Amino acid sequence: MADTAITVEGAEKKYGEKKALDGLDLTVARGTVHGILGPNGAGKTTLVRVLSTLLRPDAGRIEVAGHDVVTQARAVRTRIGLLGQHAALDEELGGRQNLEMFGRLYHLGARRARVRADELLERFGLADTGRKAVGRYSGGMRRRLDLAASLITDPEVLFLDEPTTGLDPRGRAEVWSAVRSLVGGGTTVLLTTQYLEEADQLADRISVVDAGRVIAEGTADELKAALGGDRIDVVLRDAGQLGAAVALLPLDPADVRVDADRRLLSAPVTDRMTALTGVVRALHEAGIEAEDIALRRPTLDEVFLHLTGDDRRAKEPA
Amino acid sequence: MTPTAYALSDSWTMTRRELAHWARQPVRIAVGLVFPVMLLLMFGYLIGGGRGVAGSYIDYLIPGMLALTMAFGLESTMIAVTQDLNKGVIDRFRSMPMADGAVLVGRSAADMLQSALTLVALMAVGYALGWRTGGGPGAVLAAVGLLLLFRFAMLWIGIHLALVAGKPEMVQAVQILVWPVAFLSNALAHPGTMPDWLGTVVEWNPMSHTASAVRDLCAGGGTDHVAAAVLWPLILLAVFFPLAVRRFGRLSK
Repeated sequence: MADTAITVEGAEKKYGEKKALDGLDLTVARGTVHGILGPNGAGKTTLVRVLSTLLRPDAGRIEVAGHDVVTQARAVRTRIGLLGQHAALDEELGGRQNLEMFGRLYHLGARRARVRADELLERFGLADTGRKAVGRYSGGMRRRLDLAASLITDPEVLFLDEPTTGLDPRGRAEVWSAVRSLVGGGTTVLLTTQYLEEADQLADRISVVDAGRVIAEGTADELKAALGGDRIDVVLRDAGQLGAAVALLPLDPADVRVDADRRLLSAPVTDRMTALTGVVRALHEAGIEAEDIALRRPTLDEVFLHLTGDDRRAKEPA
Repeated sequence: MTPTAYALSDSWTMTRRELAHWARQPVRIAVGLVFPVMLLLMFGYLIGGGRGVAGSYIDYLIPGMLALTMAFGLESTMIAVTQDLNKGVIDRFRSMPMADGAVLVGRSAADMLQSALTLVALMAVGYALGWRTGGGPGAVLAAVGLLLLFRFAMLWIGIHLALVAGKPEMVQAVQILVWPVAFLSNALAHPGTMPDWLGTVVEWNPMSHTASAVRDLCAGGGTDHVAAAVLWPLILLAVFFPLAVRRFGRLSK
């Protein structure tokens, strides 16, 4: 068996004139959690629908668990689990009825489908839901049942499309802990998210997607390093002095972000100590009072804004 | 198991899903049974009066109502399929290694079962209203067979329209169209009472052939409508069954 669970080469998919996937490449190693990070409309859901055989790509070579998603769709379907953005459950039926039905459709046979349903209900804390229809479940419960349904056959590859969108913090924590418990069982997980925190928390590697293409890829640390390392944050006592401070600090004014509400200016630095001492000295000499000065690693938000912002500028005609 | 065995088992699982819905929503089934009975009473007593019909109007009306109810089945099938397609669960079905057509087969099995129940209910009410058949059990069974064949054709038209329209808003448009098409038949009134051109249209309506054949069979007389009542649904099926199956396969595009 290859070490690669997902291979995507030059995937394209158009809806009318709009290119949802525009030559997307992706490789996901077996047994890892791979995050697909991007804004709304970046092509994340289209990618998951193509990978899970729900949508036929216009072009590209796409293999999941060693099988082509177009020509060997059935072989792919026996090896994947899918947790889409919206609950893929029969809302009129109860939790057990849903899982038993899906188990039979995976051809487990009636008895094993029943046993598997019980196991999963127990594992996801849904054993006491009885006959209650799924339509009356809370958002978090529905998501857990949905996740249970995608795990009926212990899939080789599990797709999670924005698994926590629309959940409250408690529901989100429930889903996160469920996903974490899967890792280590050898399942490959592909997770799409708009939440940088989520990718940072769950994914081994992250692909940043924008306009149907991967614009950056790496571990969370690598992506942060790609921004040029650390940042310095300076909070002033008087917001009126922000402009003056930007002008005299030993920083490139083009890189400085100013947040007037928080009286904050923030900039990337190359050498931590030189930057820190330089800033402190310059402020002191100008008589500008600082409330706080801190060196820190960039957040994924900043990485993301940096990457997609650059990308948009590059595409705009000069 | 062989692919055929899988297809049968998947279809049975999908049929059971529909039956489980019934068990959870018995009121929905009851309403489905009451509605045609209500129509029957309305046309039999409120509006009726045997327009140009020789003999008992109830003997004319009941077979017509049976055919009319089968025609309206097109709507209920279309609504159910449209709702199904717009539910998230269809994505899970399609991402699973199940037989391609099982979702549609489950739907048609459940709809046919409901239609059979509706026919039984309508015939029972008809009997209570004084409807009597001159034909033997064999002839009545043949009539029921023709009605179900007609319903089966309506079912696949409904599935196809649902797949083409896709959105619940389109269901209303079809609902509005089904009524005049269903009433432009000899279900309620004899074509002899209509202007010539209208009478011709009405006699061409496939539903009229089913209604006439059922009338003749129930009356116990000979009939020259059976051939058309068999042929028309088969033609409709030959057109819409492959269209619907192909359309369902193309959802991935």
